[in-house]
Amino acid sequence: MTAPAMVPARLRPLAIFAGLLAVWQVVVLLTDVPPFILPDPLRVARSLAENAELIAGHAAITLTEIVAGFLIGTAVGMGSALAMSYFRPARRWLMPVLVVSQAVPVFALAPILTLWLGYGMESKIAMAVLIIYFPVTAAFYDGLRRTSPGWVDLARVMNASRWAQLRHIRLPAALPALGSGLRVAAAVAPIGAVVGEWVGSSAGLGYLMLHANARVQIELMFAALFVLAIIACVLYFTLDAAVRRMLPWQPEPTPDEDTR
Amino acid sequence: MAPSPPPPGIAIRNAGLEYGGVALFDGLSLEVPAARWTCLLGPSGVGKTTLLRLVAGLEGGAAGEVAFSDARPGTTRLAYMAQQDLLLPWLTVTENVMLGARLRGERNAALAERARALVARVGLADYADALPDACSGGMRQRAALARTLIEDRPVVLMDEPFSALDAITRLQLQELAAEMLAGRTVLLVTHDPLEALRLGHSIHVMTGRPARIGDALRPPGAAPRPAGDPAVLAQQADLLARLTAAAAETAQ
Repeated sequence: MTAPAMVPARLRPLAIFAGLLAVWQVVVLLTDVPPFILPDPLRVARSLAENAELIAGHAAITLTEIVAGFLIGTAVGMGSALAMSYFRPARRWLMPVLVVSQAVPVFALAPILTLWLGYGMESKIAMAVLIIYFPVTAAFYDGLRRTSPGWVDLARVMNASRWAQLRHIRLPAALPALGSGLRVAAAVAPIGAVVGEWVGSSAGLGYLMLHANARVQIELMFAALFVLAIIACVLYFTLDAAVRRMLPWQPEPTPDEDTR
Repeated sequence: MAPSPPPPGIAIRNAGLEYGGVALFDGLSLEVPAARWTCLLGPSGVGKTTLLRLVAGLEGGAAGEVAFSDARPGTTRLAYMAQQDLLLPWLTVTENVMLGARLRGERNAALAERARALVARVGLADYADALPDACSGGMRQRAALARTLIEDRPVVLMDEPFSALDAITRLQLQELAAEMLAGRTVLLVTHDPLEALRLGHSIHVMTGRPARIGDALRPPGAAPRPAGDPAVLAQQADLLARLTAAAAETAQ
């Protein structure tokens, strides 16, 4: 069970954040590394403040790409999972697509998608969709497939239509699995967007980082990276909270007693 | 509150079913008389649950016939209570009790009222709005019983419905079920000879592989019979002897 905590659970993320900053600062102090290799947190903070407007503009674009990719990828993934669990041909045809979508590295596809969809947001959204399609589809399909057969039998004896079985039994039963898939998706969606920006773009945090790197504005590069990390964390924790709200019946192990 | 058309009897004729190349049933037949409690006893693994599922139309690959005495299909006239409570963890106890109506899109205020009353009858008034995870095994089983009773079906199939309950609750719920399901066609699978003798109009012992069903034992008197009744106790000894023989035979 929970050991007596020295830090209240709510403050834990802050404590971790402060700890990471401290490690960063200590590494800079101990190694005496020049600022153009690893600037200390203060320099980065200053750059962040000086370039706030610039960074915010690029961050908005990256955030839009991530969120759009997440929403589209989730919709497509859920649709695929439903089709696979209900139609045998869909299962046969989509399963290989699913595997291929994961087996081909997104990095390798990035130039092609940029070639096809251009330097704008579309190629980055496509990248994010591609990278989250597999976790969402696989998790949701698995959840749908593992619905307790007892529940389905009960629903059949109660003369439930297939639609009612889906809506009242299979979907809610698959939600915990879908929740796991969405968590993974929230964690990897930023990768898709940023990879897209690196390969070819004129805006976004990934673009800003490359641009700053080329001009040896290392503080700015780190500031952009910092904002990207914040976006990714906020996205993940927001989604995690939403999933927990959706699943009040699903007791979530806290990190202390996480045995899964 | 018996349903308006008289409940049908059920005839299982020549049922055949294989699991992994082993014949569980081969030419199995059983008459379940209308408006009576028929109890099915027998050793674990003999196929009692499977027979119940066969009647419920849940065993697709079975041979033979399940006929209802009024020649109408049975599928919309059954209630089924499985061995597991099968409560949905995301619905409250009362919502679980109303699951059938939810699935058929038939929920209304009158039904909600009946559900409340029934939840109270099975002793769960304090847990009416609790999630199943907050309930003990026995409480969950009671909720499952209420969910079965509220369906108000002429044919009720029950698979060890009271096995998870303590002795007192078991007796109480047996009486509640006997009262609520009087006049229905009930097929009850149990491993408790006393339960069968208290509730059954006819009691069959199922044995062997492929399974056979023995002649009916018909305890006298109106159900539910008191557990301390000397006749019940005498028959319990007899039934235990039959079950011991059946267990030995099935194990071979």
